[in-house]
Amino acid sequence: MSAKLRLYILVVLIMGLGIGLILYKHFALGFPLSPDDKKSVWTIEAKIDFIARGDPIIVSFALPPQAPNVVFMEEDFASPGYGFSELASPAGRRAQWSKRSASGHQTAYYRLSMYETDQTIQLQTAANLPAEPEKPEFDGVLKTAAITLLDQVRSKSANTEIFTHELISTLNSNTPDQNQRLLLNDQSSEDYKTHLIINLLALEGISAHIVRGLYLNEGRRRQSLANFVEVYIGGQWLLFNQNSGESGKPKNFLIWQRGDQSLLDVIGGKNSKISFSIIKSTQSTRNLAVRDSISKQAGLVDFSIYSLPIEQQNAFKMILLLPIGALIVVIMRLLVGIRTSGTFMPILIALALIQTTLLTGIIIFLTVVGTGLLIRSYLSRLNLLFVARISAVIIVVIAIMASISIISNKLGLDQAMTVTFFPMIILSWTIERMSVLWEEDGPREVFIQGGGSLLTAVIAYLFMTNRTIEYLTFNFPELMLVNLALILILGQYTGYRLSELYRFHALERRNVTGKR
Amino acid sequence: MLLASAKKLRSFGIIGMNQRNFGLISRYNPRHLYPLVDDKLKTKMLAQKAGITVPKLLGTVQYQHDVKLLKEILRPHAQFVIKPAKGSGGKGILVITEHDHNLYFKPSGDAIQLADIERHVSNILSGLHSLGGKPDKVMIESLIQLDPVFSDYSYEGIPDLRIIVLRGYPIMAMLRLTTHASDGKANLHQGAVGVGIDMGTGHALHAVQYGEPVLHHPDTRKTFSDLVIPHWDKLLQLAAACYEMTGLGYLGADIVLDRDQGPMIIELNARPGLSIQVANSAGLAPRVAVIEALKAIDPDLQLRTAFSKQQFATNAGIQPPRLLRTRSDDPKP
Repeated sequence: MSAKLRLYILVVLIMGLGIGLILYKHFALGFPLSPDDKKSVWTIEAKIDFIARGDPIIVSFALPPQAPNVVFMEEDFASPGYGFSELASPAGRRAQWSKRSASGHQTAYYRLSMYETDQTIQLQTAANLPAEPEKPEFDGVLKTAAITLLDQVRSKSANTEIFTHELISTLNSNTPDQNQRLLLNDQSSEDYKTHLIINLLALEGISAHIVRGLYLNEGRRRQSLANFVEVYIGGQWLLFNQNSGESGKPKNFLIWQRGDQSLLDVIGGKNSKISFSIIKSTQSTRNLAVRDSISKQAGLVDFSIYSLPIEQQNAFKMILLLPIGALIVVIMRLLVGIRTSGTFMPILIALALIQTTLLTGIIIFLTVVGTGLLIRSYLSRLNLLFVARISAVIIVVIAIMASISIISNKLGLDQAMTVTFFPMIILSWTIERMSVLWEEDGPREVFIQGGGSLLTAVIAYLFMTNRTIEYLTFNFPELMLVNLALILILGQYTGYRLSELYRFHALERRNVTGKR
Repeated sequence: MLLASAKKLRSFGIIGMNQRNFGLISRYNPRHLYPLVDDKLKTKMLAQKAGITVPKLLGTVQYQHDVKLLKEILRPHAQFVIKPAKGSGGKGILVITEHDHNLYFKPSGDAIQLADIERHVSNILSGLHSLGGKPDKVMIESLIQLDPVFSDYSYEGIPDLRIIVLRGYPIMAMLRLTTHASDGKANLHQGAVGVGIDMGTGHALHAVQYGEPVLHHPDTRKTFSDLVIPHWDKLLQLAAACYEMTGLGYLGADIVLDRDQGPMIIELNARPGLSIQVANSAGLAPRVAVIEALKAIDPDLQLRTAFSKQQFATNAGIQPPRLLRTRSDDPKP
């Protein structure tokens, strides 16, 4: 009991560890479980134009804040001849370009590549309670209009969220009444509207601030920032669209700046202007996750295959497929009961098949082994010592492979040149074994074992070339632990093999019909 | 139906390969004892020391350069058998029944030359027939003379008796008869006939060839119903003694009957196959369960074989096969 129990505990531990690591990588580090998982990467370019007057110049530009569900991949700042620094202030990051003197038309660029992760983050709770907003000053008439409007909205709303929504939609209504027209007319700028909403909310004792952001739409040029209002409700900041009153952050919307600081300050220049252009590209989520994890130095990824040079990574791509092949061999031998020549020879054939593609590989394999068997049968008449004979077979195999390559090249059959991917020593051993098997147990046994090996190899090949399996084994090496646990369990299987159900089938018949 | 149902097989007590490897071989046969039976030369020495009859050793060849001594070794013997010490499943066994100058005759009548024998010996030494291709030794043994009892039941070869011994108790037996199809080898998957033997009396029970029942020998056409193995008690005791000799808890003893010298052990097997169940049309599991239920192993050979004869005789009626206990929950002895 104890040995068995210990094994099961071990299996559960290994399995749990493997699955746990996979889940961690998937959910915490954002590794997708499918190779086809793609994400939109947005490249946003902010172009700042201004006319310099020949004086010292300082350009200060607000940069978007880091957010938990947004990953900034790359930030570039370019402006020839300018000194550059990135400043962090309580109000947010700012970029600053400076120059002793310049004149004429000047341009500065800021480029950001970013993508949104799938993580559903709960609304961020405010770090500390904002101060009670100051009661804004409204002029006489406006004040009356404002108070009337607030009363009217208040009577229709039950809580702050509905109040805000109601206020914004009333202000935006198509059929404005006297009060609204007084507060807001068609000529009012967006900024004016934002500040009006914030002031009205302040009058009601609700904290709010302006949020500027960018709608991420593919291929847009000359975009400008859109204004939103962020309202403090129940310990959280909630975003409201100031034109519709809808709450929450819209999809594909990047928050660029919070609060009332200026977006752009140019000292020593005039006619400053800023425009945004947006380009969307699609990248595999897996690449993004690897990149992000490496830059974040997530231990699991930092100490993983990804930290190796690309060449080694490619080697491991192959090596990590081997356990899948081993699992197939275990299943085929223990559960199905297929006889193979050499325990793991099928895996090596499967690896070769991966390089040569299935059909070509099988044809080459059969050609080489078939020709080898013919020549080997001649060698056996030469009365050679065993080691010399197997060495001779190796040379024969190489000669066959060379001939196949050359002939196929002359015939223009490129695929057959992949013959070199077959492991020569393995092929030689296979030939030698088959040949001995033929002499001792007859051709039937050769076909059973050869066919069994090839069948197992083909099944292993089909699994090992499955895109998803290939992707999962390489990106989740933890899968090996799960595999190991499965093999440990299979190692305990004491039931019948499928082939034994056939082997003993006559027995069943006799026991049913016969006496006993 | 091409496939049997696993449930039915289990109810007959048939043991599968996985069950055999896990529940019998790895439990009862400590790895370090394997060389005793994997190397037939060692087995032979061991048997001789224990006073068990074995075929006479005419000579050995251990090194390639000794191959040229072969002629001298073989000169005085008209009949002999050449076999690899570590061969398995009857591989690499060469039987010579007649010797005339430079010509040596196989049982089939084919003549070969000394050079052919030398090549065969050199192949064996290189490890062609041994497990994993390890270097091997060559044994030259005296030829076993066919006992007249079997003369009607064998073709170009010597039948042998396989007895499965569990913890010193013989539990199942099968006679393997050579046929034309098996090329004179007593190897079931090459076409030899397997005959299940009644443990109580030594009478033939069923016979199978290629897994299918047969009623008479395919070459001699003799029916098996009146086949009785002589010296049955002696044979059982011989097999049972192999337990003390090797220490292997689960072994297959291959015994032949020599016309002149009676029963002798030719080979022991630490991984005996499962075809014996087909030949006997019975599963090993119920018998294994009977032996595993014993508290202690009787040191007396005769009592042990008597127990087996009584328990496993065909008309004694074994208790309905119970589920095979795996015993992994028992305390280690």
